[in-house]
Amino acid sequence: MPFDVVLGAWVAVGLTLFIFTFLYEDNPLFKLAEHLYVGISVGYTIVKGYELVFRLIYDPIVDEGEWSRLIPVGIGILMLTRYVPKIAWLSRIAFAFVVGVGSGLAIPRLISSYILKQVEDTVRPLVSVLEGGLIRPTFDILNPESSLNSLVILIGVMSVLFYFFFSIEHRGPVKVAARTGIFFLMLSFGAAFGYTVMARMSLLIGRFRDLIEFARPEYGRATLWLLAVTIVILVTAAFRRPSAPPEQE
Amino acid sequence: MTFLRRQLPLVITFVAGVIFTLQYYVPHPKSEILLTEGSLWIQIIGLFALVLGVTSLFHIHAVKIKRQEPGWGYSLILYFGIVVTLAVGLFVQWVGGQHPGGKETIDGAMTAFGWIYTYTMVPLQGTMFAILAFFIASAAYRSFRARSKEAALLLTAAVIVMMGRVPLGEYLLPVTGDITLWILNVLNASVRRAILIGISLGAVALSIKIIFGLERAYLGGGKE
Repeated sequence: MPFDVVLGAWVAVGLTLFIFTFLYEDNPLFKLAEHLYVGISVGYTIVKGYELVFRLIYDPIVDEGEWSRLIPVGIGILMLTRYVPKIAWLSRIAFAFVVGVGSGLAIPRLISSYILKQVEDTVRPLVSVLEGGLIRPTFDILNPESSLNSLVILIGVMSVLFYFFFSIEHRGPVKVAARTGIFFLMLSFGAAFGYTVMARMSLLIGRFRDLIEFARPEYGRATLWLLAVTIVILVTAAFRRPSAPPEQE
Repeated sequence: MTFLRRQLPLVITFVAGVIFTLQYYVPHPKSEILLTEGSLWIQIIGLFALVLGVTSLFHIHAVKIKRQEPGWGYSLILYFGIVVTLAVGLFVQWVGGQHPGGKETIDGAMTAFGWIYTYTMVPLQGTMFAILAFFIASAAYRSFRARSKEAALLLTAAVIVMMGRVPLGEYLLPVTGDITLWILNVLNASVRRAILIGISLGAVALSIKIIFGLERAYLGGGKE
């Protein structure tokens, strides 16, 4: 096994175990790994930013003579004037440009993709054209495009929108619609919760697989040794911690 | 001077907003070029925003170290992480004739920067998110008691989806797989759609207010 891979296994196992110690309590090992994580992430982002500087600014200007790229550079530099109180107001120009472009880009795209398209997909025919030109409703529950599910989706969208519509008082039929909306919301939140839990579990299994893999002899049994070291450090820290002062009566 | 400080940013927002709104409705190659260039400009300006963020982080931790506040040693570790990653990502790769920030060489071997990514960032990121599984489970245990009809629905949907997403759950109760698909593709889709429509309507209204200068919070307060 190459040395860099074995070293990598030891580092990865150590950092993984240090993060897992948070399940016991907040401790120095966790804080060490946490701060290292932030530091490495920032370093990584800067390196990727440096790559972008070449790809978006330096190469187009030097190789292709696209001098227009200096304009966003100038606007970006205005952002940094926040560090000079006397001219800090210049940074507003940069923010104004970014916010203006962002708003301009958002309006037509939101209307087209997230409002009109969603409404179009919600209001679907309640009958389907079957083989042989037969037109009739379908009740296949596993097909999201069946007539039954089209109706459920329509009721779900309308009732949830009613729940969030506060311009009229929720009384009578509106109250019934809003209550139905709550039931749909609860089912959806429950599903989202279950889905998230399983996604996290899958990550957890991935980490355990790595720990098991790195416990093999070719990696120097990194997991076992570092687990022992971690436990010893935690126990030592627990014994050395000053006991809490007794509560005053 | 007041015009430059207060009115000019509003004029810039208005002009940029109107141009990029209209761009969508102009089916011309020049309109597409405008969109591509505009997106690139925003990315370039974003790099300077990154500088703002990183310098702010450096400043906060430098102050902590200087005053030797509790936990200042961890700030040193943070600096260590940044410096080592930068040194490896930029300097070592450059000296070795490799592309800065590249994780693999041309012949597919892992670079030093790739090593840092694979053996530090990936495990740290994965474990950070993985421990959330425990906290979510403990939060669920405390709050998922079916005290009302709504809570019961939430609990039922969560349990069915959790069972339907793993082979063991489907083995124990085969119907959970189909019900999970129905919940996710029909019930969940309808709620997401309604929420998406609501959010989009709000975002469009906010964008219009920003373009017409009715919403100015993004300009910040402070001196005129």
